[in-house]
This record gives sequence, structure tokens and C-alpha cells, in this order.
Amino acid sequence: MVPYILCTILLLLGIYGIIAKKNLVKIVIGLLIIEYATNLLLILIGYRTGGTAPIVSDARYAAVESANFVDPIPQALIVTSIVIGLGITAMVIAICLRLYEKYGTFDILQIRRLKG
Amino acid sequence: MILLYGLLAFMIIGAIIAIETKDLLSSVISVGAMGLALSIIFLILGAPDLAIVQVVVEVVALIMLLRLVVEREDVTIAHRYRYGEVFSTAVGLVFFGIFIVFASLAYRGMPEFGNPVFRVSEMYIRDGFSVSRAANLVTAILLDFRAYDTLGEATVIFVSIVGALVILRKKGRISDERDDTDR
Repeated sequence: MVPYILCTILLLLGIYGIIAKKNLVKIVIGLLIIEYATNLLLILIGYRTGGTAPIVSDARYAAVESANFVDPIPQALIVTSIVIGLGITAMVIAICLRLYEKYGTFDILQIRRLKG
Repeated sequence: MILLYGLLAFMIIGAIIAIETKDLLSSVISVGAMGLALSIIFLILGAPDLAIVQVVVEVVALIMLLRLVVEREDVTIAHRYRYGEVFSTAVGLVFFGIFIVFASLAYRGMPEFGNPVFRVSEMYIRDGFSVSRAANLVTAILLDFRAYDTLGEATVIFVSIVGALVILRKKGRISDERDDTDR
């Protein structure tokens, strides 16, 4: 239960960064921290104590080896999630670059003329 | 497992530094340290594929964040505690309270750490090797059993790259602002 709680603390730190900070870079960093915490929580749920990676090393003993695997489904989904997170990060950073070019600052209180 | 707790504590400290420090460059670098610690955690938890993907993605994201931060004007925003900020902080605290209550309720119903429920993945673990003949079950699930997920992932990557290119495009904007002759 302790790893779940630590992971939740990480998630709350990311949410705090998004809510309370006034700098665009800090908001992007909060988004990244939330992404890390979510991926880590799903992998923690699939972990079995003393489990090995789901890779068959010898075809003759596949049945014996697979009795000790960790859960492979969260891993297969989190691979997709990590790569999609990279795409999200790229788009957010592109938006930040464009906003800095137009307004000359990262302060979200000075970016006032956002219309349409 | 002491290594897992140590790395999780390292990630929490890195997150606090990344959010609270004034210098944008050091906060970006501490995000990079967090990502590498996360990849080591994946390695401990029996997910080597994820560790590799996380390292690669972290390096690329770090390069993009450095491009965003380096040689920009480091505006340290003056903290004037106005009425609206106090209100938004109070709303954030109330949200945290509600979140913690519902999270504790949800964790009570989840399986204990280190003892997962294999209801869905039972078939993949039992038959995955004999059906797909792939030694790595994660790649067997990604490319044999759930290949449409991977196709959707490729589509999302394509769309996000096109979106970033459209946002960063300069030519159309210049010709809009001045005239249409230099298009």
C-alpha cells in the first residue's frame, strides 16, 4: 500500500504545479509529473512480488517460466501511453514557443490578449 | 524493495524541486532526473521494454524543454497575494481534500501491492507464447493481440507532429500580417 500512497503524492504535486504556478514552463512540468505518476501507478498495480519480466527465455520451459511473470497487459498499454505523452509534450511546447514569440514572456497573467 | 522506496522518494523530491525552484533551467534538469529514476523503477518492477522506451522519450522531451527554456528571459514573477490568488489556493486545497478522500476509498478496493489480479491476462500468459511464438509477451500483446491499439498510437503521433508543425509555421502568419506578395 505504501508505493500507491507515494505515487499519489507525486500525482498531487503535479496537480499543484498546474493549479498554483504562474509560469508556462512550470505548468508543462506539472503535466509531465502527472504523466509519470499515472504510468507508474498502473505498472505498480501489475507487479507481483518476486515476479520476473514477461519474456520467455527457453521455449521448452515456457509453461514453468510463465507461472512467475508480472502482468504484461499494463506494460503493453503503458508503452503506448508513454509515446502518446511525448506527442502531447511536443504540442504543448510548440504552443509555449509561439506564445513566447508573440508576448515575450512566460507569465500567464501577462498573456491577456487571448481571443478566438 | 528498499530500492523502490528510495527511488520513489527521489522522484518526489525531484518533483518538489522542479515545481518550486526559481531557475527554469534547473527545474527542467530535475525533471530529467525524475524521468531516469522512473526508468530504473520500471526496470526493478520487471518491465525492461518500458525502461528503454522511457529513457528514449525522456531524452527527447528533455531536449525539447531545453529548447524552450535556454536563452529565454527568466521572468521571476512577483508574488502579490491578491484576492483572486487566495481564492484559487483555497479552491485547490478543497479539491485536494476531495481527491484524497476518493483516492483512499479507491485504494481500499484495489488488490494489495505485489499480489495482482490476473483475470484478463491469464489467457495471454498461458497461450501467448504458443499462439504468437514471440518470446517477449509485451511485444506479442502489442503487435499480435492488440495491433489496432498500436495503429491508433501511430495515428496520434502523426497528428501531434502535424499539429506542432502547424503551430510553429511562420510563413502564413507573416504574409497575413503584411501583404500577400511574398507568399
